[in-house]
Amino acid sequence: MAVNDTLEGTHKIQEEAAAQRPGQLMPILNDFSQELTTLNLGPTHPATHGIFQNILQMDGERIVSGVPTIGYIHRAFEKLAERKPFYQITTLTDRMNYCSSPINNLGWHMTVEKLLGVTVPKRAQYIRVIMMELARIADHLICNSILGVDTGAFTGFLYVFQEREKIYEIYEEVCGARLTTNMGRVGGMERDLSPVALQKLRDWLKSFPAVMKEFESMFTRNRIFMDRVVNVGPISAEKALSYGFTGPNLRAAGVDYDVRVMNPYSSYEDFEFDIPVGTNGDTYDRFLVRNEEIWQSLRIINQALDNLPDGPYHADAPHYYLPTKPEVYKNMEALIYHFKIVMGEIDAPVGEVYHSVEGGNGELGFYLISDGGRTPYRLHFRRPCFIYYQAYPEMAVGTTLSDAIVILSSMNVIAGELDA
Amino acid sequence: MSPQESAAAPEAPVAEDPIKAQNAKVLALLHRLFGEATFTDVHEPHGLLTVTTTREKIHDIIAGLQQDQEIKFHFLTTMCGINYPENEGQELGMIYHLHSLTQNIRLRIKIFFPIADPVVPTLTDLYNTANWMEREAYDFFGIIFTGHPNLIRILNVEDMDYHPMRREYPVEDGTREDKTDLFFGR
Repeated sequence: MAVNDTLEGTHKIQEEAAAQRPGQLMPILNDFSQELTTLNLGPTHPATHGIFQNILQMDGERIVSGVPTIGYIHRAFEKLAERKPFYQITTLTDRMNYCSSPINNLGWHMTVEKLLGVTVPKRAQYIRVIMMELARIADHLICNSILGVDTGAFTGFLYVFQEREKIYEIYEEVCGARLTTNMGRVGGMERDLSPVALQKLRDWLKSFPAVMKEFESMFTRNRIFMDRVVNVGPISAEKALSYGFTGPNLRAAGVDYDVRVMNPYSSYEDFEFDIPVGTNGDTYDRFLVRNEEIWQSLRIINQALDNLPDGPYHADAPHYYLPTKPEVYKNMEALIYHFKIVMGEIDAPVGEVYHSVEGGNGELGFYLISDGGRTPYRLHFRRPCFIYYQAYPEMAVGTTLSDAIVILSSMNVIAGELDA
Repeated sequence: MSPQESAAAPEAPVAEDPIKAQNAKVLALLHRLFGEATFTDVHEPHGLLTVTTTREKIHDIIAGLQQDQEIKFHFLTTMCGINYPENEGQELGMIYHLHSLTQNIRLRIKIFFPIADPVVPTLTDLYNTANWMEREAYDFFGIIFTGHPNLIRILNVEDMDYHPMRREYPVEDGTREDKTDLFFGR
């Protein structure tokens, strides 16, 4: 009797809610007739590492269907960008994928440089490569160590977070900030690598490989870990391409698409590195691909540091690149340029440009349309997370809740990038 | 300067730009498959071939490019809406970026249509990834994709009654006076 009452009540609520919002997908309430339970995972849940909601229908332990809801931290970056001069948009970009903000910042600068036709000197390009690869390592470390936490192994997380902290200290030496870095400028870097930064970088390059080996030895052939991740959430190469996967998630499915190789930017063609690919596209492959990418990033950093060219660290582009403070105080031209840049008085050329970089999660694209004003006419971000997260329900259906959490974790969905 | 160097220098500009050659190849393919009259406003900003077509043909073109065996445009990189209020009858637009991973060729296709009738065929039957991209364009520009399985708002709240990326909605409240800049006209 009690169940019947609940069932009728449930249906009534459902019908009323559907009538209010015709044509919209409603969260499914408990359906006792089919013995399905509705489980609301999120919006804030400690295991989802970000603010996104999934309304799951469960048959006992198994997930029958999932409806993701996103947009909880949507901040209208594309709209805001239409009112900001180019140098102010940098601060928007590092709030997208906040685990690897230097890649976003420098990718944005490269987009603007492409529009302006500014060529950046080799030294600045190499410094950018070093910073972007450090960011990639930090990003992959978070993803893989959190995957460990979600499978119940907390130790590895603590080991590598120490190293991530050291990467953040290097950021601090290079740009003064840690998380939302606002690194570099249109036309180069804002300062040269200081001796302290170089020393910290060299020390870290010596100490990190041992920690990484230890981290790998704890996970890669660990029976308990493998039981949790092998064949969990696999996706085929065709499906992954159709869903617009890029980055480590696509490479784990066996497609060797990497923007760094396909469309080299910032002198990536100068470096020798391998692109790891997986075979099954499951959680274990994604974990292995990310680990191997960390080693390849180390290779790139070592090469860039050994062959770091001398010369200026920014382009000679006075219309766009802020002059140094001492110059501004004693030089009239520098003062004028400083004023014009800061006040946004310099018009960009008319044009449209698409530039993409290999972000922590895949192809991070910037599509910029300029109508000749001080701000973009339209700026569209191709956010890899937003594009591949829509495959999540398909990957999670049929698994258990604990596996669904592991799949989500291995896809490395960053809420800031998802919602922009 | 050695004689070899001075001899090599003038040759460089003569050698054909590989990107231009590639774009010419794609354009020839487009013309062969769909006819020359289909595409207007062909240009290559920063080396990326850009063509404009009509919404009646966009689905057939992208389906044809996806199935083409010569240059396989298997990957839909991104799509986004755009609003040009001053273009009478063509206020809204959609911009598609396609990528052929086998040949490494990118292609940008634009369509424009009136804001009073913002209806475009969906691409969800061709690419799974078009689903959320189209929901985003619907959410921000109010573009209706016919045939989309679940065309609801994605990033904004469900009960929002306007499409905020259209140019008629300013970023800031227009009635505010404390931010008026008399000297720089903003």
